[in-house]
Amino acid sequence: MTILVGYIPTAQGEAALAAAIVEAKAHDEAVLVINMSRDDKLVDAHRAAGSDLDRLDRDLAESGVPHEVRRIEHGTDPADQILDVVDSEHPRMLVIGLRHRSAVGKLLLGSTAQRLLLDATCPVLAVKAD
Amino acid sequence: MDNISNLISGFGHVLTPMNLLFALIGVTIGTAVGVLPGIGPAMTVALLLPVTYGLEPTQALIMFAGIFYGGMYGGSTTSILLNTPGESSSVVTAIEGNKMAKAGRASQALATAAIGSFVAGTIGTLLLALVMPQVVKFAVSLGAPEYFAIMLVAFVGASAVLGSSRIRGFAALLVGLAIGIIGIDKVTGQQRLTFGVPQLADGIDVVVVAVGLFAVGEALWVAAHLRRKAAGVIPVGRPWMGRDDWGRSWKPWLRGTAFGFPFGALPAGGAEIPTFLSYMTERKLSKRPEEFGKGAIEGVAGPEAANNASAAGTLVPMLALGLPTNATAAIMLAALQGWGLEPGPLLMEKQPVLVWTLVASLFIGNTMLLLLNLPLAPAWAKLLQIPRPYLYAGILFFASMGAYAVNAQPFDLFLLLGLGLVGFVLRRFGLPVLPLIIGVILGPLAELQGRRSLQLSGGDLGGLIGGPVAWVCFAIIAVVLLWPLGRLAQRAWSQRPGGTDGGSHGGSGTGPDGGGSTGSVSPATTEVKA
Repeated sequence: MTILVGYIPTAQGEAALAAAIVEAKAHDEAVLVINMSRDDKLVDAHRAAGSDLDRLDRDLAESGVPHEVRRIEHGTDPADQILDVVDSEHPRMLVIGLRHRSAVGKLLLGSTAQRLLLDATCPVLAVKAD
Repeated sequence: MDNISNLISGFGHVLTPMNLLFALIGVTIGTAVGVLPGIGPAMTVALLLPVTYGLEPTQALIMFAGIFYGGMYGGSTTSILLNTPGESSSVVTAIEGNKMAKAGRASQALATAAIGSFVAGTIGTLLLALVMPQVVKFAVSLGAPEYFAIMLVAFVGASAVLGSSRIRGFAALLVGLAIGIIGIDKVTGQQRLTFGVPQLADGIDVVVVAVGLFAVGEALWVAAHLRRKAAGVIPVGRPWMGRDDWGRSWKPWLRGTAFGFPFGALPAGGAEIPTFLSYMTERKLSKRPEEFGKGAIEGVAGPEAANNASAAGTLVPMLALGLPTNATAAIMLAALQGWGLEPGPLLMEKQPVLVWTLVASLFIGNTMLLLLNLPLAPAWAKLLQIPRPYLYAGILFFASMGAYAVNAQPFDLFLLLGLGLVGFVLRRFGLPVLPLIIGVILGPLAELQGRRSLQLSGGDLGGLIGGPVAWVCFAIIAVVLLWPLGRLAQRAWSQRPGGTDGGSHGGSGTGPDGGGSTGSVSPATTEVKA
């Protein structure tokens, strides 16, 4: 079984990744890291730079966990893309980072985390940045 | 001396809270649209045109000029941080600017661009204040035939000099002239190209044409190419420059200004050619030519100064002659007509307060732009994160609202869509938009002057060639049109005996090549700008 992580280059993303590695080590499982970069924006702050993904790859290799780092560059909604991966890969667990969002912010921009928590067909572990 | 006192009184008029507010709104919007690729000052001024019919002309013009200047500043930010030019005028900036940013010198690149823009904008505006009255003095003595000839130069210049091919340029110009002709002829009262549609009898409003071409056309174009991988933006702190950077920047700033201003004032000058020339010059003059292509600060400082100086230069013929040399100026001219002001040399005589307040506002806007751009450049780059569907949905909404507001007729909305399709087709087939919009706006004015001179001469065609100014103009047109034939002939001539002389051939080959690449920069750029 695998642990799926939705990674973004922020403190939340790092926290999610750290939690996923701990989880994978405890149960001898593989980690699948996904970074989503929207293709309807010129610049996406949630896109992990190539150097970032290389670093992830190195760190994961060092920790000895079987792993894969994947970047999705199509589509406009990260939640949709991650849910698609959940459906195709059947991971045991999805790990995401969580942060505060105001009610108005959620109304205007929607909340990827909320959609994942409610719609994912596997258990979701939501972690916060310290 | 007269100019200086006029300018000072202009400062007196501009320093009211309302005028300053409009200047601030203008430069803020201008920087924003400058940062966003695909959205340029021309589109923005077109979208705001219907809104400003209710404003005081002075305030609206202050805002438009702020947008125009602001676009030049904002374009450089995107060029440097993203390697995608935000405006056609900052295509060249991307060459060295992005290399600098990748080498970790984004702060210095942004600083030299902003400060260089300020220096060039200030010098350019000062030159505008000094040169414009002289041009007006000269222009007042011109008669209808001379005006007709000058406008023909503008047509030929916009169609033949810029853009990849003359045929495309003239095709766009003819479409523009045809759109400009639609409606009832003011002299004979005949209906032209109205096809019996009563709504067309008054002609197509310039707002509908400009918004359709620039806003709807661009939105359709983007919709056709919506999916594109997002890029990472280069992180950057507060822009600053070291002593060494100042030392290497100030000369390119001044040289860039010297290139930009006169080219901006020429018909068919625009900002693309002088930025390119400035880049070439800096590369030639640089003491460290090996740095070019790897992020030389001179290659950012020069072109950025050139594009701002050309913006100031553009306003000289716009205000003094009523002659637009780029798309934004063309739409500003349409705005003047919309308020019932007659563009041309009499504008300064009849509306001195408006003209001088506008010039004074440029100094203030330029200072505001420096303050807005120097510390806030990284914040502006955040605009690039707006998803395109949101952006273009907003633009289409404003476009339809503006087009409907002109006459409150649903018919205009259909026209808007039709013209949007025309704009899309233009982009698809690489036709430049500038000749079209100049044809629409300047066409009826040229027709008026041409017929006036024919009436004066009693229908004798010789009446069109009156006076030395007209002779010079027709000579320029002849040179521009015959130039390619001459070059063909020259090539044919030199190929016959020169078969063995390979060395001199390579030398003569670089000349036309250099010219060719200037041309090839602009078609792509006109697309970006529109």
